[in-house]
Amino acid sequence: MIPRIFVPGDSGALALGAEKVAKAIEKELADRGIEAKIVRNGSRGAYFLEPMVEVATADKGRVAYGPVKPSDVKGLFDSGFLTGGHHKRWLGAPDKIPFLARQTRLTFARCGVINPLSLDHYKAHGGLKGLQNAVAMAPAEIVKQVTESGLRGRGGAGFPTGIKWKTVLDTTADKKYIVCNADEGDSATFADRMIMEGDPFVLIEGMAIAGVATGATKGFVYIRSEYPHAVAIMQKAVEIARKAGLLGVNVLGSPNAFDMEIRVGAGAYVCGEETSLLNSLEGKRGVVRAKPPLPAIQGLFGKPTVINNVISLASVPVIMDKGAAFYKDFGMGRSRGTIPIQIAGNVRYGGLFEAAFGMTLGEIVDDIGGGTATGRPVKAVQVGGPLGAYFPRSLFDTPFDYEAFAAKDGLIGHAGITVFDDTADMLKQARFAMEFCAIESCGKCTPCRIGSTRGVETIDKIARGIEPDKQIELVTDLCNTMKFGSLCALGGFTPYPVMSAINHFREDFKPAPVAEAAE
Amino acid sequence: MIMQPASTEIASRTAAIVQELKGLEGPLLPILHGIQEEFGHVPQDALPVIAEALNISKAEVHGVVTFYHDYRSRPAGRHVLKLCQAEACQSMGSDAIAAKLKQLLGIGFHETARDGSVTLEPVYCLGLCACAPSAMLDGEVIGRLDDEKLDEIVAEVRS
Repeated sequence: MIPRIFVPGDSGALALGAEKVAKAIEKELADRGIEAKIVRNGSRGAYFLEPMVEVATADKGRVAYGPVKPSDVKGLFDSGFLTGGHHKRWLGAPDKIPFLARQTRLTFARCGVINPLSLDHYKAHGGLKGLQNAVAMAPAEIVKQVTESGLRGRGGAGFPTGIKWKTVLDTTADKKYIVCNADEGDSATFADRMIMEGDPFVLIEGMAIAGVATGATKGFVYIRSEYPHAVAIMQKAVEIARKAGLLGVNVLGSPNAFDMEIRVGAGAYVCGEETSLLNSLEGKRGVVRAKPPLPAIQGLFGKPTVINNVISLASVPVIMDKGAAFYKDFGMGRSRGTIPIQIAGNVRYGGLFEAAFGMTLGEIVDDIGGGTATGRPVKAVQVGGPLGAYFPRSLFDTPFDYEAFAAKDGLIGHAGITVFDDTADMLKQARFAMEFCAIESCGKCTPCRIGSTRGVETIDKIARGIEPDKQIELVTDLCNTMKFGSLCALGGFTPYPVMSAINHFREDFKPAPVAEAAE
Repeated sequence: MIMQPASTEIASRTAAIVQELKGLEGPLLPILHGIQEEFGHVPQDALPVIAEALNISKAEVHGVVTFYHDYRSRPAGRHVLKLCQAEACQSMGSDAIAAKLKQLLGIGFHETARDGSVTLEPVYCLGLCACAPSAMLDGEVIGRLDDEKLDEIVAEVRS
């Protein structure tokens, strides 16, 4: 058997030079006359080790090396890396690397391990078992399994997935749709991107299961345009799935029909909101729709529509394979199963960490993330993207759980965590939250459209020291209006970063009186 | 100098794209993506052709085009550089990176260099948040931006 070398084709790895490393390996193989196959896998998510190159050895299994620079490649060959030889970049068995060994990988079990576009690899690593089980079951049974697993929407809202599916199943219509929300626009989140680039078939399988369960025959994946690599891989994967009979008029030879299309967004953050995403898919301005009617009853083109996040759908195959009880066994309280936590920003060990719910924020930031990349003290962590709250160290004992975060005036969102060191200016961060809302507001409701602009102006006044206490009172009142008066989470959740910055980091909202007086 | 195609040519090339894609469910965004790929922007002369083929008003097409950040009304420079300005990149100093890049290129965000070499745009997240600060040059991703990488980028867009 010729040796196999794995060089990630994941965007994160590419951003760190994986393409150059692959080219250098190719050249070295040619120069030395060695025959080997280079596999472009996804990333395992330990970005501090990317580009992480792995070799499948005959006796030691997979051996990892990283972070590999193109200039390391010659030395790797000299050290006999094709047989797992020692080198300064040697990391050993990838699943023994502490960052990876500590994880519970259910949704991301194959990500970074297999060739993303090999259906054979996918099947060899447990793929398609969930769908095989599903096509042999009654739709209501599948929905029951998903409901009992406790799976909640991983896009941020945390709504029980099974209940959404049940509504669509129970609604009669001539056509129903499955829409996958892959408009992953929140800063600090990259789980959707990673799974689409690293294990696209798991998403296709999850969508097919959703189709079989609800009677929907057509699926759309709406991917943001900022993810060209994910778009390309998903398109190829859909073609392969269609040819293999995984999609089409008889899904896996069953009487169920299901096919899907990949659609690309056009740079509007608000299209991550489910109703504006539906409008965008229909070819309209991505303006938010008022609810009711729920998309499950009148969704895409007015038809009953399941709209789920990538990770929700990608978590369904393992539930249908191993059972609701297996999945439900992980987690705490009403947050069941695992969640891919994305550790980002100013952090030493950044990457994707899939774990059961219940770890504390402190464990994630300090133990797993290793503190800041700059080595300075952690000042704040923003959990849940641009609409999530800033947490100070005093709240680091908060367990990762939907309800626990809500109790601390925060949210888990899509489980992205941005770490900031002590140089962060929280007034600036609060201002940015308002500014971002103003840039991205769809304009439909007043609290969001106007409130965000007034918010920026008011925070600017605080910065200039113009009656700061009065301005803080105004911002607080404005945030209340936005929170309760906005149509969707963009205007409704912008108060989270703003108010958390004000409440937990009040010292940053006091102007420097000395500088003022000196002018 | 970027040559602009004549309006009749725009109309015929637009019609071909529309014809190919109008059978899709909700075809407008795919059509607009196709047009932007064809012309490098969405020319005004394309709008009536789309409106007519989809049986919607020109105002509706205009409304959609202007809603989305991606669609350009003018051609971009030869290179398009998108610099992430979202929170994870902010935590790693993207503000300073942006200031330096603007100075090196002599342009601000949403501007194109006078020689047409590059258009600079802010982007709110490229999903490269664990290797911030990040950028995208002509669709290629770049992580952990530093002075050295900025110099490489500037050299590339000027070459």
